Amino acid sequence: MSNQVVEIFEDKCIECGLCVQACPANALTLEGGPVQVNADKCAANGECVEVCPTEALALDNEEDADDKVTEAKTKEELPTELQDYKGVWVFIEQVRNEVAPVSWELLGEGKRLAEDLGVELTGVVLGFDARDIAYEAISYGADKVYLIDDPVVKNYRTQPYTQAFIQLVEKYKPEIILLGATTVGRDLAGAVATKLETGLTADCTVLEVDHATRHLQQTRPAFGGNIMATILCKKHRPQMATVRPRVMEMPKRDNNRKGEIIEENIELDESKIKTKVLKIIEEAKKAAYLDKADIIVAGGRGLGEEKNFKLIEDLANILGGTVGASRAAVDAGWISVEHQVGQTGVTVRPKLYIAVGISGAIQHLVGMERSDTIVAINNDPEAPIFDVATYGVVGDLFKVLPALTEEFRKALG
Amino acid sequence: MVEEKFDAIVIGAGPSGLAAGYTMAKAGMNVIIFERGDYPGSKNVMGGVLYRDPTEELISGFWEEAPVERYIIQQDIWVLDDDSVITMGYQDNKFAKKPYNNFTVLRAKFDRWFAKKAEEAGALLITETVVEDLIYDDKRVVGVQTGRKDGEVKADVVILAEGVNSLIGEQAGLHPKIPPEHLAVAVKEVISLPRETIEARFNLNGDEGKTIELVGKATEGMMGTAFIYTNEKSLSVGVGALLSDMVDANMNPNDLLEELKSHPTVAKLLQGGETKEYLAHLIPEGGYHAIPELYRDGLMVVGDAAMLVNGYHREGSNLAMISGKLAGETAIEAKEAGDFSMDMLSSYKEKLDDSFIMKDMYKYKDASAFFATNPHFFEIYPKLANEALHELLVVDGKPKRQKQRKILEKVKDKRSYFGIAKDLFNAWRVMR
Amino acid sequence: MNIIDSNGKLITTICKIEEMISVHSVVCVKQVPDTSEVGIDPETNTIIREGVPSIINPYDLHGIEAALHLKDEFDGKVTILTMGPPQAEAAIKRALSFGADRGILLSDRAFAGSDTLATSYIITQALKRIIDEERVDIIFCGKQAIDGDTAQVGPGIAARLGWNQLTYVVGINEVNIDNNEVRISRKLESGKEIIKAELPALLTVVKGLNEIRYASLPDMIRGARAEIEVWGEGDLELDESKIGLSGSPTQVGRIFPPPEREGGEIIPGGKEDPKGAARVLAEKLIGKEVIPNK
Repeated sequence: MSNQVVEIFEDKCIECGLCVQACPANALTLEGGPVQVNADKCAANGECVEVCPTEALALDNEEDADDKVTEAKTKEELPTELQDYKGVWVFIEQVRNEVAPVSWELLGEGKRLAEDLGVELTGVVLGFDARDIAYEAISYGADKVYLIDDPVVKNYRTQPYTQAFIQLVEKYKPEIILLGATTVGRDLAGAVATKLETGLTADCTVLEVDHATRHLQQTRPAFGGNIMATILCKKHRPQMATVRPRVMEMPKRDNNRKGEIIEENIELDESKIKTKVLKIIEEAKKAAYLDKADIIVAGGRGLGEEKNFKLIEDLANILGGTVGASRAAVDAGWISVEHQVGQTGVTVRPKLYIAVGISGAIQHLVGMERSDTIVAINNDPEAPIFDVATYGVVGDLFKVLPALTEEFRKALG
Repeated sequence: MVEEKFDAIVIGAGPSGLAAGYTMAKAGMNVIIFERGDYPGSKNVMGGVLYRDPTEELISGFWEEAPVERYIIQQDIWVLDDDSVITMGYQDNKFAKKPYNNFTVLRAKFDRWFAKKAEEAGALLITETVVEDLIYDDKRVVGVQTGRKDGEVKADVVILAEGVNSLIGEQAGLHPKIPPEHLAVAVKEVISLPRETIEARFNLNGDEGKTIELVGKATEGMMGTAFIYTNEKSLSVGVGALLSDMVDANMNPNDLLEELKSHPTVAKLLQGGETKEYLAHLIPEGGYHAIPELYRDGLMVVGDAAMLVNGYHREGSNLAMISGKLAGETAIEAKEAGDFSMDMLSSYKEKLDDSFIMKDMYKYKDASAFFATNPHFFEIYPKLANEALHELLVVDGKPKRQKQRKILEKVKDKRSYFGIAKDLFNAWRVMR
Repeated sequence: MNIIDSNGKLITTICKIEEMISVHSVVCVKQVPDTSEVGIDPETNTIIREGVPSIINPYDLHGIEAALHLKDEFDGKVTILTMGPPQAEAAIKRALSFGADRGILLSDRAFAGSDTLATSYIITQALKRIIDEERVDIIFCGKQAIDGDTAQVGPGIAARLGWNQLTYVVGINEVNIDNNEVRISRKLESGKEIIKAELPALLTVVKGLNEIRYASLPDMIRGARAEIEVWGEGDLELDESKIGLSGSPTQVGRIFPPPEREGGEIIPGGKEDPKGAARVLAEKLIGKEVIPNK
């Protein structure tokens, strides 16, 4: 028994509390500040050092720590009742039997995870007259599709969808469920995860599996995108995650793929459902389908006033692209919120993203940094947007932008 | 309108308003304080140095709890030229021990804490609310009109602590529109540096702090000063000059600050730091002769709104706090007597006269006008002093007498012996 | 309840409070750091927390306004419910200053470390206590909190209470207390849908639903004076294993800085020769084949 006490680096502590939980001697406490250790109780086990995500804890004797840690890790095995949970599922979202593209992107990602784990990839389709969707899912990579085809799930409503989903989960026990972080996806995921009392991580940008433990490593930006956090759901199944559209790559479609479609029935009385969808209104002039655009020209605070968005539109029109905007421009009322790109707006992944008068705050970057080519026009050479731009022009946008439009007009017109 | 009638309304939650509000609330008065910013301190800017003594008059032992940055043990004056500087400083290790003398503070933090104290004492603080006008009953101030719905509220006395942008004061005819000669504009940056770096560069231990006032090149010959103050993990660096001078010279205060930061000696102090915050504010410079009407039936004026700033000693926050306290005490007496008339409230002015506030303001009453019309104090003398010392200290083989002569010639050339004598005499006269 | 004297004569009738108030809304509000200001020290990967102002989650403001609107229309009552550290009181006070009637803060060290599952559990238990005392007709939540962005707590609460859940509400078309019905517009990626649902219901709301009012002075004063009720672990019926860290299935495994994206090429002459720079840029883009040639 050493007299050692764990060392705490206070300014690395993010007060997540994992160490408090991990300490078998209850020697650590969190009281509205960085973690504190009770020297009398600390037995230098080292479990806290191992679980700390920011290396805020340290013990001198590495050897001792390692032994205890291996012990701790083996103790961490999945509870037996959860070891039956196998398989990767993707929720195939449809509105009026049109599938949200994010579902296909997730099939692509899901395939990778399923292969890694050595399990099947399954699509879950809920709808009415939706059999074709099931076939589509197979062509995008699903090995199997659970289909519930019933008027009661024709249009999305929380209650029937949640009930249907849970029915399937309890019967077939998947270890991972992926859903698109769309209006419907988020509505459904929160309800299902709560009823199943399992973990749900939203807006993941990277998904991987740990081969030793089969845990899904769900990485997402935290603290406004300033750091990345990898989230684990160690003692609960299924592990649920949502992913925003355009974050994962669209897989190739193969119409010759074969798969299994299993139809399930749902016992749900329409009269028992307290929500009715009265009407669905498609917006014709919808956000110029920002998330589907190949070329986006986006304007920010640097434009100065509403009428200057005309300059953005001019370039977008010449290029056959779509108009986007930073949150600052939307908040100023210069353009409507459907054009907003960023953390609280839309995530885009075009071939070309031209950012005009946009400084490049992290909340904007997370919405467009996966674009293939990024161009930045800004008169502040220190603007963070230049850190991610493939090409940058430091200058007065009111001179550069019209000149650029003119160049393209000459070249393409 | 608001049904409830309050004992006192305070307009502005800066140091003077909070001092008044705190004093009255502690005595059991029903006080409401209006602040137009999101939170107290959000609209306030100061160098800034907080003085222990006056603050303790309000809250004893405040430094134990209040968010103060460092306690000042050394105060320097630097006289800058383009490429050189004469530094003078005084370090007193007695100031390194409790109860300390001065502190550096950051207004956004300190004012918020002070406001919490006033609330704990029972004052009601309403933020994000602008007071648009005073309400009169004949000649008497009986309340205020705010910009919110049903925003009229009445009280026995109103304390005007609205700061240097004294719009209500102007509206009420307490003073004319403030001319640019009576205002200085100052800009400041908060530059972050690790504690250890600050302590090493400024020769400090632990929470000790240092202040530097800079004159000369720092203000390009305009009347004003610059400053560098040490905070816990940052430096407050700023410069201010008379607004009328800036306008005449067509200068932008930001440019002044950039120039200051690029001075070789200053640059070394700031090296590696990152600008975290940029602020600007006006400072009253009118002095004694520009003090407005300080009281009326049902009204008292405190702090910057009352022009109570002693720029020569870098004092403003203490005058603000004590004037607030004195107004608060006057209000308490008035409440006891049930009399809020001009006669009764005139005791506020008497209290000010008795205190260091009016005495110091009076002492320097002619200083502003003098220095404003004698710019050589800010451009010639600093330069001369630097050049004289350079000549004296450069070892170039010239005999000392020759050097001496050269210095004296320069002096004569720039200002003449008579001019200097006159300046010294006049300076003594206005500063005594 | 009727009060009768010894002769059986009716003296007076006392109504139960819940019969008198026509609409009771609860708004779940979260105090969040203004994330545009949270900084990370790039060298030490530590979080710079100091001086970051806290604000009411912007989406929750729209929930507060929606609840106040119902209060105005139906002469109802609005309760604000927040889970957070003691300083979250300031957020509740602010919410009350807009005109809400009651503020409750759920705060206890035992709640710290809760993920969204544990959070929705705790908040639901508090709601159950409120519902025990008086009827609740609608619960409003913001669509997501700007610090966590998960949008999970609202649906979690609805699932636990077994209430109708309506998320991304961009318009409240009608609230019919007599029929116990609400008609709303919901925002979809491709447009909108109009939904009719039975009360009680939980709504998560988005920007564009309404404009938060500029409170009247009497409301501001009432809010500044309000006593916030603070409920801790002991004030609620809670299963210890479901709160705090033990009640959180998800936990942070690792933290690391985001991958640095390499900055590219700055095309010179932007200030001196904008036309020339534009030409070079256009050439490069066409050369890279990112622009489809018409």
